Amino acid sequence: MSVRQSLLAILDQGPCYGYQLRTEFDRRTGGTWPLNVGQIYQTLERLERDGLVAKGESDKEGRAYYEITAAGRAEVAQWLSSPVARQTAARDELAIKLAVAATLPGVDLAQVIQVQRTATLALLRDLTRTKEAIDEPSSPEDLAYLLLVDAQIFQIDGELRWLDHSEGRLARAVADGVAGPLPLSTEVPKRGRPARAAAANAEGTRS
Amino acid sequence: MSTPLLRLDGVAMQYGKGEASVTALSGIDLDVQAGELVAVMGASGSGKSTLLTIAGGLTAPTAGEVVVSGTYLSTLSAKGLAQLRRRSLGFVFQDFNLVPSLTALENVTLPLELDGWRGTKARSVGHDALRAVELDDRADAFPDDLSGGQQQRVAIARAVVGDRRLILADEPTGALDSTTGELVMRMLRRRIDAGAGGILVTHDSRHAAWADRIVFLRDGRITDGTQRERPEQLLASAGRHA
Repeated sequence: MSVRQSLLAILDQGPCYGYQLRTEFDRRTGGTWPLNVGQIYQTLERLERDGLVAKGESDKEGRAYYEITAAGRAEVAQWLSSPVARQTAARDELAIKLAVAATLPGVDLAQVIQVQRTATLALLRDLTRTKEAIDEPSSPEDLAYLLLVDAQIFQIDGELRWLDHSEGRLARAVADGVAGPLPLSTEVPKRGRPARAAAANAEGTRS
Repeated sequence: MSTPLLRLDGVAMQYGKGEASVTALSGIDLDVQAGELVAVMGASGSGKSTLLTIAGGLTAPTAGEVVVSGTYLSTLSAKGLAQLRRRSLGFVFQDFNLVPSLTALENVTLPLELDGWRGTKARSVGHDALRAVELDDRADAFPDDLSGGQQQRVAIARAVVGDRRLILADEPTGALDSTTGELVMRMLRRRIDAGAGGILVTHDSRHAAWADRIVFLRDGRITDGTQRERPEQLLASAGRHA
C-alpha cells in the first residue's frame, strides 16, 4: 500500500510528527491525494506495531516525533526496488459498458465511442493546460506534481488509444459479419458461477 | 468577432471524375481565430493532410472557399497566392523541412528575403523569431548541428517570422521523442497565445490536447468537435495550482 510506504520513506529523511508528515506528503503529491490526520496516526500506529518506526518523546508542544527503524529502512529500500503490483481484477466501467453495448441491438457503437472520446479529450486538454501553467519545473515539488499530472495524462491517452483501437475492431467485426446483438439465451442457466469466470478467478488467485 | 485568420467555407475535394472519383473532403466549414489552435484528428486517409494543404493554398479545393485573413484564395493569381503564402502563413512539417545548407537564422529569414526584405531588417526580425523559441543562441548553427527538437523549433520560428500569423502544422511532433515533442508543443502554444492562430494535424491525443478545440474527420467530413472552453476543474482543484 503506497501511503504506508510513502510515509515511511518520508520518515527516512528524518523524524516527523503526524501533522508534519501530512504536510510533507502533500508537498510531494501536489495535494492531489489528501490524507486526513486520523489516517496518518492510524498508519503510524501500525508502523510502530510492525517495528518499522519508533515513537519518541513528545516536545514542549506535546508533538510526538516518530523515527524510522533499521527494519523500516529495509522496507523502504524493498519498496523502491520492487514493481508496483497492478490490481488485475479492477473493474473498468468503460470497458464493461462497451462490451455490453456491443451485444445489444440498435446501439450505434461508433457514436458511443465518439461521445466518450470527446469527453475524455476534454479532460486531457484540461490536464494539459494545468501542465502548461507550470511551464518548466523550478523545484522538487513542481517536478513531483508534474509527474503526477503526466501519470494522469498517459492513463487518459491510453484510454483514447484503446477507443481508437476498439473503433477499428468494431468496424472489422461489422465487415466480417461478426458484430450484432447477442440474444438472450434460451438455456436456463444453472446456479453458481459461469465456468469461464470461475476459471479466471482461479487463475487470479494463483498469481 | 474579428475576421478569422482562416475560414474554410463548404470546402470539398474530389479526385478523378465520374464513377472512379474519390471524395477526400466534403462540406468542411472551419474558422480559426487569432489566438486559437484547432487540432484536426482522424484515422489515416480521413482527409487531415488534404485539409491542411488546401488551407495553405497548396491545393485548390474542387468546391468551397478558403479565406486567409479576409482574402479569398480563389481570387488570387498564382503569383498572388505565392505572395500570400510567404507573408501570411507558415507550415511546420513532421520532418522539419529546413534547408541544410542554410543556418538556423537563414532558414527563418528565407521567406522574408524571398519577399524582398532588406537583409539587416530580415535578420533582426529573424533573431526575434528565434528568441521566441529560445534558440537565438543557435542562430548560426546548421540544421545538422541541431537536435530534432531544436530543428522543429526553428521551423516554428520560420512559420511565424515577420507578419505571418497562421501556422499549419502537420504531425509536428511525429519524429520527436515524447519529452521533446512536449517542448515543441509548448513553443507552438506560446506562439498561439502571443496572437498567432493555427491548425494542428495529429493522431496523437496528448498533442491535440494543447489545442483550444479538436475536430474529428471521418471519411472527409467533420464528424464532431470538442467545445471551446478554458480549463478549470480537475486534479488541480485539490492541488496548489487550482
